[in-house]
Amino acid sequence: MPIEIPKDSWAGEVRTVSFGATAENGGTRSKTITVGGEKTLPFLQFEVPMPHPPVIALEIKDRRPDDWSSLLLETWGDVVDDPGEWAKAAEEAGADLLQLTLSLTDNEGKPAKPDDAVAAVKKVLEASALPLIVMGPGQAEVDNELIVPIADATKGENLALGICEDKNYRTIVAAALANDHLVTSRAPMDVNLSKQLNILITDMGLPADRIIMDPTTGALGYGIEYGYSVMERLRLAALQGDAMTQLPMMVTVGTETWKTKEAKVGEDVPEAWGDWLERSINWETLTAVSLIESGADIVVLRHPESVRRVRLAIEDLMAVPEPA
Amino acid sequence: MALTGIEIYKLLPQTNCKDCDYPTCLAFAMKLAAKQAELSACPHVSEESKAQLAASSEPPVRLVTLSANGHEAKAGNEVVLFRHEKTFYNKPGLFVRVKDDMSADEIKTKVSPADAYNVVYVGIELEMDGLAVEAVSGDPNAFAAAIRVVREVSQRPLILISKDPAVMTEGLRAIDGEKPLIYAADQDNWEAMAELALQHETSLAVFEEDLDALAALTQKLKDKGVDDLVLDSGARSLNQLLATGTQIRRLALKENFRPLGFPIITFPGDADEPAMESVLAAQSIAKYAGFIVLDTFTPELIYPLLVLRENIYTDPQKPIQVQPGLYEINDPKPDDALLVTTNFSITYFSVANEVESAGQSAWLLVTDAEGMSVLTAWAAGKFDSERIAKDVKRFEVDDKVSNKQLVLPGHVAVLSGEVEEELPDWQVRVGPREAVDLPAFIKQVLTA
Repeated sequence: MPIEIPKDSWAGEVRTVSFGATAENGGTRSKTITVGGEKTLPFLQFEVPMPHPPVIALEIKDRRPDDWSSLLLETWGDVVDDPGEWAKAAEEAGADLLQLTLSLTDNEGKPAKPDDAVAAVKKVLEASALPLIVMGPGQAEVDNELIVPIADATKGENLALGICEDKNYRTIVAAALANDHLVTSRAPMDVNLSKQLNILITDMGLPADRIIMDPTTGALGYGIEYGYSVMERLRLAALQGDAMTQLPMMVTVGTETWKTKEAKVGEDVPEAWGDWLERSINWETLTAVSLIESGADIVVLRHPESVRRVRLAIEDLMAVPEPA
Repeated sequence: MALTGIEIYKLLPQTNCKDCDYPTCLAFAMKLAAKQAELSACPHVSEESKAQLAASSEPPVRLVTLSANGHEAKAGNEVVLFRHEKTFYNKPGLFVRVKDDMSADEIKTKVSPADAYNVVYVGIELEMDGLAVEAVSGDPNAFAAAIRVVREVSQRPLILISKDPAVMTEGLRAIDGEKPLIYAADQDNWEAMAELALQHETSLAVFEEDLDALAALTQKLKDKGVDDLVLDSGARSLNQLLATGTQIRRLALKENFRPLGFPIITFPGDADEPAMESVLAAQSIAKYAGFIVLDTFTPELIYPLLVLRENIYTDPQKPIQVQPGLYEINDPKPDDALLVTTNFSITYFSVANEVESAGQSAWLLVTDAEGMSVLTAWAAGKFDSERIAKDVKRFEVDDKVSNKQLVLPGHVAVLSGEVEEELPDWQVRVGPREAVDLPAFIKQVLTA
């Protein structure tokens, strides 16, 4: 008698979220990103086909980063001095979309100015027609000061804006609400905090299908197991029907990976760590693939070779399995 | 199927004699059901009940152990699909494959560094588990010779790969007395492979490209008396491996389906695209493999895989702790400041990473807070002025740090007065709440 394969059938499903407006929808993007819609756990296609593949964003900055690994700076070369050039190069490197992370200060160390931030975003939008996520530097006041004028200046493009956190979400949500953008909601590796923030944001009137949830993670070796399990639990909760967890998830894998000593430092490290570049790319790729398999819909990376490898993994995972 | 407490109770003597140190037989039965007690604690249980209880408590995924020369690689005994439900127990073995058409020098060049590999991650030494030797020549003597060459440079457990029983016979003879895994029995050779496994008391991998056929074959092998089996469904791509791995684990755990209640072996080394080997191995670690056979051994590939395995197999109830102590960040001098935090690994990493990547030098005192984060430890009374003062003395901080500025995490600003009382020589500063703000704090507040 043939084996009956146990299949889960779930009451809930993840919302489908789209962003990036094409000309048809009043924007200038070349395509719209659509993620989410899962009716079962990632890539279990013998149950339900995965509706949309996870997508890969490349992270770029508004100016030459002060604290990026020299491996990344060598790879990207001079384009890091110009956000437009960098955006173009990232598109050529195979990204589905871009994440522009704004800097806290300008080249001379002075506080970033809203006008400059708006100009950088415009440059990126002109240079590349990919859908765009814009993230503030990560300090509440500065985030608000920079993101609000950007939201106003890019009305119609349907961007995703961050960082919304429990202590600072109102201003950015209001700006997104007024200008037809989305927001990313970031909570520190905790199922209930993620859920709570999504409730607060929807309470302001932003529809849930305009939120991308960022549960945050640690990189491989630096807490990936927490990110991994929180994402598995969030996705299970979503499938069980918990409405405020039924959102697509993004993770900033590149930011986390390239903070680690393994990726950042090439000298005076143990010989057992091996070749610096290949180790770093493995670090970023394995972090990304592990998290895609625990539920990430958007992974934000920094190295083009990681993009290539994660793309290969997604293509393989999206193939509907023939009986082995 | 696992029995409930009541079902177990019915099999116990029901005398409430307390010889097991539980007040009643029912209390003991409940503990047994929760796997918090051993049946052997009851001296009065009947042989018949023992047999029934043993059968019901057989693990849904059988434990398979390879061993050689004092080394062991174990897989199986898993009880959950998701690590957060309990934990994953037996870390999948990482094996590097050589083939018998390689020269002795080539084999040694590949095996020696893999055998010697050792890397320290959060104080834990990580190593490879063993080697796989594949017969591609078809010559029994060449296979045996290759195995002997491996044994010249490594004593770790082996996986022997050949579907030809004659070749396998010679291979096993070369390592008589060891407990390798032999790979693999299929529908054509299974009887002869079963004979070999029984004769040498080894575990046996089973290969069939279809779960029905795989289950049918494991049944036949079990009927022959081979108990220690390992499964290969023929899956080689990420999507196939994820699907069949999930199906096998679910059948074993949810349906208690014995014919597939065995560890799985995967072959990331078979990837067409070299860069996919690491990805296939990573998926194998998280999604249910018990033995993983790689073709590439390089530190830059193995180190991330070993770390991933360590992370995924960490017990979620017991966070990885960092050894308490005085840590040096970027070669601090005596006049650099002292930062204080707890020994929860993520807390430690966040603090150390931020300061280190900002290129700043500091001393970091990691106190023994039983692996809790700053706020949790404070709330639980595991991170207070006494403990901090005790660790300042225990780790002889006074001898190394002359600056005498002690930075408390912002979340425990409330402790600053008490810490000053405990450590009158020190000036206590309240740092930021989040590690990410430390570099700015050090730059603007401490060194300004």
